[in-house]
Amino acid sequence: MAMSLSLDAQAAPTTSTASTDTETLEISNQTGFRAFRAGGFHFKRDEYFAHLSWPGGTHIIPIDVFLRAMMRDVAWGFFYGVVNFDAVFGTINHYGEVTMFAGRFNDAYRSAGRDYSERFQSAALMATFKELLSDWTVAGYDPFAAPMETGVPWGVKQGANDAAITRQRVTAHRMVGLLGDTPLRTDTAGFPVNRQFADVPQDQPVVEAEPGFEHEVSAYNLFGYLSRSDVTWNPSVCSVVGDSLFCPTSEEFILPVEHGNDRCEWFLQLSDEITWDVKDKETGKPRARVLARAGDICCMPADIRHQGYSTKRSMLLVWENGAAKIPQMIAEGTAPVTPVQF
Amino acid sequence: MSDVITRFGSLDDYEKGGVEIINDDPRNYVFSNVFEVAKTNAPYARVAVGINFEYVIEAARAEGTSPWYTCAHDEFVLCMDGDVEVHLVKLARPDDHVDPEHEGAVQLADAMPEGRKMGRLVLGRGHQGLLPVGAAYRFHAEKPAVILVQTILGDVTVQKWAEICQTTA
Ligand SMILES: [Fe+2]
Repeated sequence: MAMSLSLDAQAAPTTSTASTDTETLEISNQTGFRAFRAGGFHFKRDEYFAHLSWPGGTHIIPIDVFLRAMMRDVAWGFFYGVVNFDAVFGTINHYGEVTMFAGRFNDAYRSAGRDYSERFQSAALMATFKELLSDWTVAGYDPFAAPMETGVPWGVKQGANDAAITRQRVTAHRMVGLLGDTPLRTDTAGFPVNRQFADVPQDQPVVEAEPGFEHEVSAYNLFGYLSRSDVTWNPSVCSVVGDSLFCPTSEEFILPVEHGNDRCEWFLQLSDEITWDVKDKETGKPRARVLARAGDICCMPADIRHQGYSTKRSMLLVWENGAAKIPQMIAEGTAPVTPVQF
Repeated sequence: MSDVITRFGSLDDYEKGGVEIINDDPRNYVFSNVFEVAKTNAPYARVAVGINFEYVIEAARAEGTSPWYTCAHDEFVLCMDGDVEVHLVKLARPDDHVDPEHEGAVQLADAMPEGRKMGRLVLGRGHQGLLPVGAAYRFHAEKPAVILVQTILGDVTVQKWAEICQTTA
């Protein structure tokens, strides 16, 4: 069986001619934050905003929106396909290389020929993004947390919160709880039950293994595990069949990016409800709204972008196919847009 | 104490959402509900509710005792409602039952396959268990329950998308 594409460690091919031209710039006397440059893109932050510029354009993003999106782009290793920070700025993952763009998936910028893109070796841009995220995240603010569970990102430079932004992404190799695999979450391991899941049963399944089969007769409480997640909108792999990855996550407030996946992506709503805004991947024009309640399962086609809203913290099982053949199929235009015809 | 209420679904109590179309075909979203699928199909009919290339998620109502199954790769079962027992047997000669290259689960003819007893799981709602490669397994539920299986499209997978999915706006 093919090995799954790891999003975390993709080196550009040695023949890559993509840019590695990035630079850490001066500290602002006014704000105390550093500026950064990657190719023609410049990044500056002030008390309220991220200021972006590139040859031919400028853009402003509220700093909370920018940091939440940047946190996901970094933690997910540029994720699958397109990560839109907003309607203008984002990244496209080529798995080893990455395109940073402005207006590439915005109808008005595209039609007017005002969009701008540059392609980088992933490791180079990732290093800059990580440094930026570390410098721009102030003490007390956790861009992974739900807004009601963290401090505020506003103001001039005041401390840092590297513990929050360097959490290890959880990726089970076979299943959570197996010997040598991702451990269960417990109070003592620093994962108390979240306030919004206080009523979720914490019982563990009955597991009776005959001698010699202790490592194969295995089960755990997935809902209990998810109730103890300290982050939002951060899919982590819990069980693996070949390239089939169950990536459940707990969701509260807004998915911090508009995700334009390059392949079909499935959502199984495990608890409560999420509303999804679905827009055309290229133009951003609205196509559908999906209301998913507990037990609902649906697919996001490969030619859309989606953003979810969850008032009550909810459990969502994101189901991905990490097959290494898919990027090639995407490049050749042979990857299917929908998973099944009926 | 918190007065928070987390809403899980069940066979008897689920409330389906849906696709609200602006400019699209609802079929593109392959939208169904696992409790509805489990409720409206025969016990242990393993109906695909998700498919991604060769990979599937099957939904089934566990009720009474299932046939024995085996598989040439790992599968995982997630209990979504009720209580489900999983019995596991290490097959003495797994290749006699399923080709090592075969994908998806196969149903065994035997009432009790030959092999060593591995053990037993009792899964409640939200519990996920391993159905390890090389094992035969069967489910048992005293009362109707709902299970999902993470696996590959195979002999026992039922596909009936037009019947289970939203097709109109
Ligand atoms: Fe997504």
